[in-house]
Amino acid sequence: MRVTLTVNAEPATADDVWEGESLLYVLRERLALPGSKNACEQGECGSCTVLLDDVPVCACLVAAGQAQGREIVTVEGLADTDGALHPVQQAFIDAGAVQCGFCTPGLIMQTHDFLRRTDGVPADADIRERLAGNLCRCTGYEKILDAVRLAAGRMANQ
Amino acid sequence: MSEQTRTTTRQDTTRQGRGVGDSPRRPDGRQKVTGEFAYSSDLWLDGMLCGSTLRSPHPSARIVSIDITEAVRLPGVFAVLTHEDVPGLKTYGLEHKDQPVLAIDRIRYQGEAVALVAADHPETARRAAARIKVEYEELPAVTIGRHALDPDAPKLHPNGNLVRHVPIRVGDPDATAEVVVTGEYQVGMQDQAFLGPESGLAVPAEDGGVDLFVATQWLHVDRDQVADCLGLPREKVRITLSGVGGAFGAREDLSTQVHACMLALHTGKPVKIVYGREESFFGHVHRHPASLRYEHGATRDGKLVYVKADIVLDGGAYASSSPAVAANAATLGIGPYEVPNVVVDCYAVYSNNPPCGAMRGFGAVQACFAYESQMDKLARTLGMDPVELRQNNALSEGSRVITGQVVDSAAPVAELLRLVKERPLPPARSPGPDHDLRSLPGGVSNTTHGEGVVRGIGYAVGIKNICFSEGFDDYSTARVRLELVGGEPVAQVHTAAAEVGQGMVTVLGQIVRTELGVQQVVILPADTSIGSAGSSSASRQTYMTGGAVRAACEAVRAQLGDAELKEPVEATVRWHHRPTCTLDPETGQGNAHVQFAFAAHRAIVDVDTELGLVKVVEIATAQDVGKAMNPQAVEGQIHGGIAQGLGLAVMEEIQVRDGMVKNPSFTDYLIPTILDMPPVKLDVLELADPHAPYGLRGIGEPPTISSTPAVVAAIRAATGMDLTRVPVRPEHITRTA
Repeated sequence: MRVTLTVNAEPATADDVWEGESLLYVLRERLALPGSKNACEQGECGSCTVLLDDVPVCACLVAAGQAQGREIVTVEGLADTDGALHPVQQAFIDAGAVQCGFCTPGLIMQTHDFLRRTDGVPADADIRERLAGNLCRCTGYEKILDAVRLAAGRMANQ
Repeated sequence: MSEQTRTTTRQDTTRQGRGVGDSPRRPDGRQKVTGEFAYSSDLWLDGMLCGSTLRSPHPSARIVSIDITEAVRLPGVFAVLTHEDVPGLKTYGLEHKDQPVLAIDRIRYQGEAVALVAADHPETARRAAARIKVEYEELPAVTIGRHALDPDAPKLHPNGNLVRHVPIRVGDPDATAEVVVTGEYQVGMQDQAFLGPESGLAVPAEDGGVDLFVATQWLHVDRDQVADCLGLPREKVRITLSGVGGAFGAREDLSTQVHACMLALHTGKPVKIVYGREESFFGHVHRHPASLRYEHGATRDGKLVYVKADIVLDGGAYASSSPAVAANAATLGIGPYEVPNVVVDCYAVYSNNPPCGAMRGFGAVQACFAYESQMDKLARTLGMDPVELRQNNALSEGSRVITGQVVDSAAPVAELLRLVKERPLPPARSPGPDHDLRSLPGGVSNTTHGEGVVRGIGYAVGIKNICFSEGFDDYSTARVRLELVGGEPVAQVHTAAAEVGQGMVTVLGQIVRTELGVQQVVILPADTSIGSAGSSSASRQTYMTGGAVRAACEAVRAQLGDAELKEPVEATVRWHHRPTCTLDPETGQGNAHVQFAFAAHRAIVDVDTELGLVKVVEIATAQDVGKAMNPQAVEGQIHGGIAQGLGLAVMEEIQVRDGMVKNPSFTDYLIPTILDMPPVKLDVLELADPHAPYGLRGIGEPPTISSTPAVVAAIRAATGMDLTRVPVRPEHITRTA
């Protein structure tokens, strides 16, 4: 089947899509957007988090056909077109929240969605609750908390 | 640095330096936050095929026949291969070549690879694999490690089921003591659970060789094994490291490597194999489950007189690195303590369980859970403070470990314990109904409002060897080239060291900036066109490749002398750590280790004693890192290592019943989430090791070793239970197991 959708503000078309394919597969294998990661294939790890009509979802749990006509934002679409990083991206680098980085795209999308709906720097308990669906195996999460606080602080001061 | 970290040396946090001791940003950070970083699973070439692996559903069976007819007929299928198609050596392995590339006539574990398919779509490849007809005759299986050496146990390999026995004998084997405690402990099978699944892209080359792009920990040992199995000279197998999504030991053994290359050479097309999460659980080795029997004898005033230990590590179907894991569990088997009389027997055995090998902590983890549980038990029996008992028996610089080796650099065991003990305690849990449910065991599941919740505090300390031991010729190779580019000096660094997330690429740049005084450093991709860097494991890579890069910089400086840089200057150095010895096969004596590292942990837990739910409230830790090459990265290693130790304490286990894995998914194999990890209070000591580059001490593993027993000790303190097995599950606490 053919799937047409908007990805990172650009129209996109995928042809010969098998009905069993996920949105994640279409993004990664058909639209050359491998930034969203495939780590569990069942919505447990959050590594494939993207925005679907402005709502964070695990792209591995969305069938390709369900994305027909919808608007997707992936980690590749977060930085400015001039290359300036999104404050969440910069904070993850600065805080040392990136080690292997496989969880990073998903965490960044989830954090971005969280902070744009939050005033000021959220409490640790709120950060933990909001990021509980994103697994990281390298950092022990401490630096991820640092990154979220850092990004929130910088965004509040902008 | 985060507020929760104290260091013993003064750090100028305002300085934005980029040399040794600073915390510059990762050079790959931008790519990783924008999604541009190419992990092995992201690689893509025009016309490439997808590989799929058929695996055995049985843990022990004879293969009667394999019929690939129906698989080959499926449109879109380009190749279906079995053991008959392995061009070279049919078996491989890190220490013993006992593992078939594809099963030949016998299956020794569930998930063993039997056949390969290459097709134009991964789903086509999977469907074709499902059409391969394999007739199995099931055989009796050995599925309990302690039973593997029984005389009537079915034998997995021609020489029986013993992989290695490591004995240690010190002093009087018949020593007696005033106070004796015994215990038997069990450690479940832990998975490394890196997030980036196994993957590799093999590209056939015009010279009949193959280029392989793969996520691995040790390019050259992969290269040698792949070449042997393909029947190719080593120079025709060229391996380049692609982006690695974590490793933790699981990428020391081969997974997709030979398979992808076989399919590529057979089809003449690029072939990529990517495991899904379920297959990943079958596609790499795990941490050895262990059964550990200990006896500690002490004087009434708390001096250890003797320790006896009998340790069985279940290595599963193939040897992998079991011999070295057994040596670690034995030589580190009584912990960081001085004991005059020691009898340790450690056995690594074959069974029909999944193969086990390297995972962060590598044998030291299993032993530490047992010896630290014993130290707590001894303290209770003696009526002593458990920290004081440990401090009274602690190793220090100049002590001999049980192999007779003198600890010839800092061993601040008592000091690390003091630091974690003296950390202020977190506030007591507030009584009353208005507290945040999220701070309680069970969280927003609303399983308690505080009733039945008891707080406990536990301590543990551990020891780890750094670098490869037992006389292994351990070295790393580095090439550094200094030249002018546009009038500016630029240094290029080439090594085969695997960046697996730990920050190798950052620290190598720091070393070059410090040594050569340049600002611009280019780290070339790691590949096999240069000599081996050894493995990114054993907490050794900053020590070894850092040492090699520093030595190469020194050689560049020597070549340049006082001259002004005009023409490029280049040096390649193969750098060794000091030599080590093998262990005496009867007594286990010998200077087998390069360096020792120590960490201590204090865990505070809240336990819902009615439901058995545990909330780890805080971990305090202290670790000597010799030199914090990159303080931010040091903290990251310590936090991440603790998370894996906490996971083993309370949740992580590959559940194997009768040789069958019951939970190969992230739905059923639980790793800590951000809700499970507590705040970490960290003391970093920098007591330079004069034998190591910059005085550094390996950091990656110690955090994982003693965090597990500390958490369990805290649960014991809260519940009064013995808890002799990890992970501790709710049913153990509620006695409903």
